[in-house]
Amino acid sequence: MLARPGLPDFEYMKAESPQDVFRLLEERGGEVKLLMGGTDLFVQMRDGNESAGILLDLKYLPGMKDISYTKKKGIKIGAAVTLNQLSAHPDVTNHFQILSQSADTVGNYQLRNRATLGGNLCNASPSADMAPAALVLEGEVSLSGPDGERVMALDQFWVGPGKTALKEYEFMTAVCFPNPPSGAVGRYLKLGRSKMGDLAIVGVAVLGYPDPEVPAGIRFRIGINSTAPTVYRVPQVEELLAKAPLSDDILRQASGEAMKVSAPIEDVRATVLYQKKMVNNLTFKGLKEVWSQLINS
Amino acid sequence: MENTFAISVTVNGTPYQRSVDPRTLLSDFLRYDLGLTGTHVGCEHGVCGACTVLLDGEPVRSCLLFAPQVDGHEILTVEGLGTLDDLHPLQEAFRETHALQCGFCTPGILTTLLPYLEENPNPTEEEIREAISGNLCRCTGYQHIIDAVKLAAENMNP
Ligand SMILES: Cc1cc2nc3c(=O)[nH]c(=O)nc-3n(C[C@H](O)[C@H](O)[C@H](O)COP(=O)(O)OP(=O)(O)OC[C@H]3O[C@@H](n4cnc5c(N)ncnc54)[C@H](O)[C@@H]3O)c2cc1C
Repeated sequence: MLARPGLPDFEYMKAESPQDVFRLLEERGGEVKLLMGGTDLFVQMRDGNESAGILLDLKYLPGMKDISYTKKKGIKIGAAVTLNQLSAHPDVTNHFQILSQSADTVGNYQLRNRATLGGNLCNASPSADMAPAALVLEGEVSLSGPDGERVMALDQFWVGPGKTALKEYEFMTAVCFPNPPSGAVGRYLKLGRSKMGDLAIVGVAVLGYPDPEVPAGIRFRIGINSTAPTVYRVPQVEELLAKAPLSDDILRQASGEAMKVSAPIEDVRATVLYQKKMVNNLTFKGLKEVWSQLINS
Repeated sequence: MENTFAISVTVNGTPYQRSVDPRTLLSDFLRYDLGLTGTHVGCEHGVCGACTVLLDGEPVRSCLLFAPQVDGHEILTVEGLGTLDDLHPLQEAFRETHALQCGFCTPGILTTLLPYLEENPNPTEEEIREAISGNLCRCTGYQHIIDAVKLAAENMNP
């Protein structure tokens, strides 16, 4: 019997109730690692960046793999729903198509049979591919702790690279998205080193919808990853776009502003300058595609 | 050993009961504990696809799973596809079109394609390329693999 050389000893446990989780977190806090698909965690453990005394599997908790949709409230997606399940679910493809688009860009198909939405968001990677769409859809996460559930807007949830607002004894149970405004169209554009299978150098999600109240007649929301400590929206750019009748020039100007806001660091994938220019290009491309789709529909 | 985890798992139709160290990767469990060395181990980071097996019918990376996680589940490895005397049409097509050179990536590609072709009996070349995009092959340049998938699709769904 061979145990992976180099991996420190750990126990594997399946949590059967939220109380199991709170109890273990309280008793053996520092040792416990919460586990979903493990596609982030295992690689970190393998490379010696993370260690665990207990791997606590949350996937089998009641409700963690459920998806429910209502016209009034929108969609609630259990944190343990895999990216392939999410991508193919009719309520997602019908009403939250940009989530499917985003899911399909993550790693590879085999990985997406394990990788979960909750894991992607809790990992708090600046390059998480589900995050830009989740932000423009104005998602909220449900967090469960010994004192009950609380709900938090996603833009409050990430506090830095790999850091979330989760408290010591808390875990994520689900992600909720309200129905997007009527007529909304969304697009997620990801640039990786290869067409498939790599992390984003830059990813941009654009959601656009008709809004007669603003001079542009259309409102946009823009979410960007990989170019700041957390995934972010660019409200000042969104405002600029709402203020004047739309034209290619305005879209270009807005994309340039997004580029100014972006704050990438040089990494193994790309230089700062390249990442900034790609924020500019992808934002323009995303805006243009969404705009064309809106005026043609 | 003190810290062990008892698992029951069905692999290629055969039920197994084993006691494993929780750190045992599924890929190592299959290769070392069960002697099923058809599942290959390449990058061990979920990138290359060589270790792909079917977990309850869906392709997954066996290097990104620990053995205790498959307790109560069903696994299919490349050994479950066909035998030397009775190759699966997919394997037959790979042989026919020379879709492998060193063969290291082949088991993972076969296990990826098996459920894919069941769900997509007539894939286009573009779709085939996407279906195998999570499997790296450093010999063939993929062209013959694509030929094999086309041939397999024809033979599996005449
Ligand atoms: C080869 C490869 C390619 C990849 N490509 C991409 C890519 O293109 N884009 C991308 O975005 N990601 C990519 N990833 C990263 C990863 O697969 C995804 O982020 C995935 O969605 C993580 O989900 P998981 O369920 O596997 O998370 P896990 O690894 O199980 O968990 C991730 C982290 O979140 C914590 N956590 C998990 N669930 C909860 C919970 N319910 N409550 C609190 N904390 C929790 C865990 O403790 C851990 O720290 C890739 C990974 C690999 C190995």
